[in-house]
Amino acid sequence: MATTTTLLGSYNPILPEATLVIGALIMLMAGVFIKKTNATTMTFAAIAVISLAIAFLYLQGDVSGTMFSGSFIMDAFARLMKIVTLSASALAVFMSYDYMARGNLWKYEFPVLILLATAGMMMMISANDLIALYLGIELQSLALYVIAAFNRNSERSSEAGLKYFVLGALASGMLLYGMSLIYGFTGSTGFAKIAASVHETGVSTGIVFGLVFLMVGMVFKISAVPFHMWTPDVYEGSPTTVTTFFAAAPKIAAMAMIVRVLYGAFADIAPQWQQIIVFVSIASMLLGAFAAIGQTNIKRLMAYSSIGHMGFALVGLAAGTESGVRAVILYMIIYAIMTLGSFACILAMRRDEGPVENITDLSGLAKNDLTMAFLLAMLMFSLAGIPPLAGFFAKYYVLLAAVNAKLIPLAIVGVLASVIGAFYYLRIIKIMFFDEAGEPFSVMHGSLRFVLLVSGFAVIGYVGYLAPLEGIAGAAAKSLFQ
Amino acid sequence: MGLADVFFYLFSALTVGSGLMVISARNPVHAVMFLILAFINAAGLFILLGAEFLAMLLVIVYVGAVAVLFLFVVMMLDIDFAELRAGYMKYFPLGALIGFVVLGELVALFGAWNVEKGHRAIPAVPIPDPAKLPNTEAIGRVLYTDYVFYFEAVGIILLTAMIGAIVLTWRQRDVAKRQNVAEQVARTPAMSVEVRKVETGKGI
Repeated sequence: MATTTTLLGSYNPILPEATLVIGALIMLMAGVFIKKTNATTMTFAAIAVISLAIAFLYLQGDVSGTMFSGSFIMDAFARLMKIVTLSASALAVFMSYDYMARGNLWKYEFPVLILLATAGMMMMISANDLIALYLGIELQSLALYVIAAFNRNSERSSEAGLKYFVLGALASGMLLYGMSLIYGFTGSTGFAKIAASVHETGVSTGIVFGLVFLMVGMVFKISAVPFHMWTPDVYEGSPTTVTTFFAAAPKIAAMAMIVRVLYGAFADIAPQWQQIIVFVSIASMLLGAFAAIGQTNIKRLMAYSSIGHMGFALVGLAAGTESGVRAVILYMIIYAIMTLGSFACILAMRRDEGPVENITDLSGLAKNDLTMAFLLAMLMFSLAGIPPLAGFFAKYYVLLAAVNAKLIPLAIVGVLASVIGAFYYLRIIKIMFFDEAGEPFSVMHGSLRFVLLVSGFAVIGYVGYLAPLEGIAGAAAKSLFQ
Repeated sequence: MGLADVFFYLFSALTVGSGLMVISARNPVHAVMFLILAFINAAGLFILLGAEFLAMLLVIVYVGAVAVLFLFVVMMLDIDFAELRAGYMKYFPLGALIGFVVLGELVALFGAWNVEKGHRAIPAVPIPDPAKLPNTEAIGRVLYTDYVFYFEAVGIILLTAMIGAIVLTWRQRDVAKRQNVAEQVARTPAMSVEVRKVETGKGI
C-alpha cells in the first residue's frame, strides 16, 4: 500500500469516507445524465464503491492517530466497526434492488442516499469531537429519514419518515443541549480535552447533566428503551429493504459511537454513566422480550427483537471493562449477521400479488421450501440464543463480562429476558414446521438466497471461526483503552 | 457601565423579547417579523463581539433569504392556525410540567456553575487584531484549514437534504406544459398560419 500512502500522505485515514462521498456524487451525476441506468447497474456500482472503501480500510494496515486537529480518529476499533458497517450496508443494498424494482419503488437516488448515510456512519464511528459526532449523526439521519419515506404512494411509509424525522429532530435537540453543557463545563468539544478536564475536576453536576442529555440523543439512535417509540412504526411503515438497512448498519455505527464517547471522553466518571446504561439495558431487554410476544407483523416483531438485542449489547457496555467492550463488538457483528439473514427471508416473503409480512404467512414453510425454513429456523434459534449457534456466544460474551464486573442482577435479568424472548422466536419455528402449509412464496431472488445462505452458515458454523473473530475484536477493544 | 454594555443589554433584551414574541404571536406573519427582529439584534451582538463579518452574514443569509422564505411559505400555505392550536389547552399541563422540570434543571446547573476568581475566557480560536487581519480573512484561515472536515461534512449534509427534498416531492406531471425549443424552432408558417379569403359581410 506504499503508493497510496505516499500519494495521499497524511490523508490516508480518511480515504474510505472520501471514497464513499465521491462515489455517491459520481453515481448521482450518472443517474441524472445517463438515461440508461437501471436498478442492477446502480446497485452494483454502489457495492463497488463500498467494496473499494473496505479495501482502503483493509490496506491501511494498522494506521492509527487523529486528523483535522483531533476531530477524526482512526484506530483498530474504528477500522473494525467501519468494515462491519460497510459490509452491512453493501449487503442491504445488494438485497434491495430486486425488491425495489418489483415494487416500482426504484429510483437511482436510493443507493446514493445509502452511500451518503454510510458516510455519515463512518464519521460517527471516527468522531473524536462533539461537532464531528453531531455532523456524522445528521448526515446519517437525514439520509435515513428520506429513505424511510421512500415509498411516496404509501401513507404508512410517509408516516414512518415523518415520525422518524420529528422524533429524530427532538433527539438531536437533546444531543445539542447536552453538548453545549459539556462544552460549557469542560471548555472543549474535543474528546481528549474533555477527558482531561473530567479527569481533573471529577464528577460535577454540569458534566453529568450534559452527559445525560448527550446519551439521550445517542441512545435514540440505537432505539433502546425509553427512546424506542419510533422503532416499530418506522420498521413496519418503511419499505422492507429500508427496514433491512435500518436494522443493521446504523445500529452498529451508533453503538460504536456510544462506546467511543463513553470510553474516549468520560472514562473517568464511569460509575455515572454505568447506572444509566444499566437502566436502559434492563428496560430494553424486558420490553424487547414482552412486547414482541403479541405482534402479528414480522417487521414489527423484528423491531422489538432489535430493541431487545440492543439491550443485550448494552450489558457489555455497562460492564465498563475491556472485555465488556470486546463483548459489545462481537455482539454487534453477530447481531448484524443474524439480522441480515432474517431480513433476507422476510424480503423473500412474496406471493404473486406482492409482498406479505404477517407471521402467519410463514405457516407450513417447511413443506414448501425446506432450505429456507431450515435456515430461518437456525437464525431464529440463534436470535433466541441457543447453543452452539452464534447468537448464544454473543449473549455469553456480554453476560460473562457483566458477571466479571460484579453486575450479577443485570446478568440475571439478561438471562430471564432471553428465556422470555425465546418464546416468540420458537413460535415462528413452530408456525413454519408444524402448521398447515399455505400458498407457496414466489421463487426467492438469487441475491436473497445468497445472503441467507451466507448468514445461515455463518450462524451455524460460528464455532469454526470463533477464535480469529474473538482475536480481532479483542485487538479492537484494546485499541480503545490505550 | 460603558456604551458597549448599554448596547449589549439593549440587544440582548430585544433578542429575548422578540424570541418570546415569535412563539406567542397569534398571527404567523407577525411571528416571522419578530424572528427577523431577533436576527437583527443577534447581528448587533455579533458586532459588539467584533465579529462584523458574521453579523453581516446573519443579516444577509438569515434575514435576507431564510426569513423571507419563511414569510413566503407562511403566506402561501393556507394553514388554519386556530385548528393547530385546538389541542393547546389539552396538552398544556403536560407541556408546563416538562417545562418546569427543564427549568429546575437549568437552575440546578447554574447553581453548579462555579466561576473561578480572575478567570479568563478561553476561546477556541481567538479573534485576531482587526487592524492586522480582517475578520473575513481570519474566518477563512481557520474554516479551510482546522475546520475543513466540518466544512466539507456540512456541504454533504446540505446536498443530502436537497436530494431528499427532490426524491420525496418531485413528480413527472403529464399535464405540465414544458417548453420544447427544438419543436418551436421547427415550426414553419405553413404549419401554423392559415390564410383565408373572407368575403365581405359573410364571416368564416
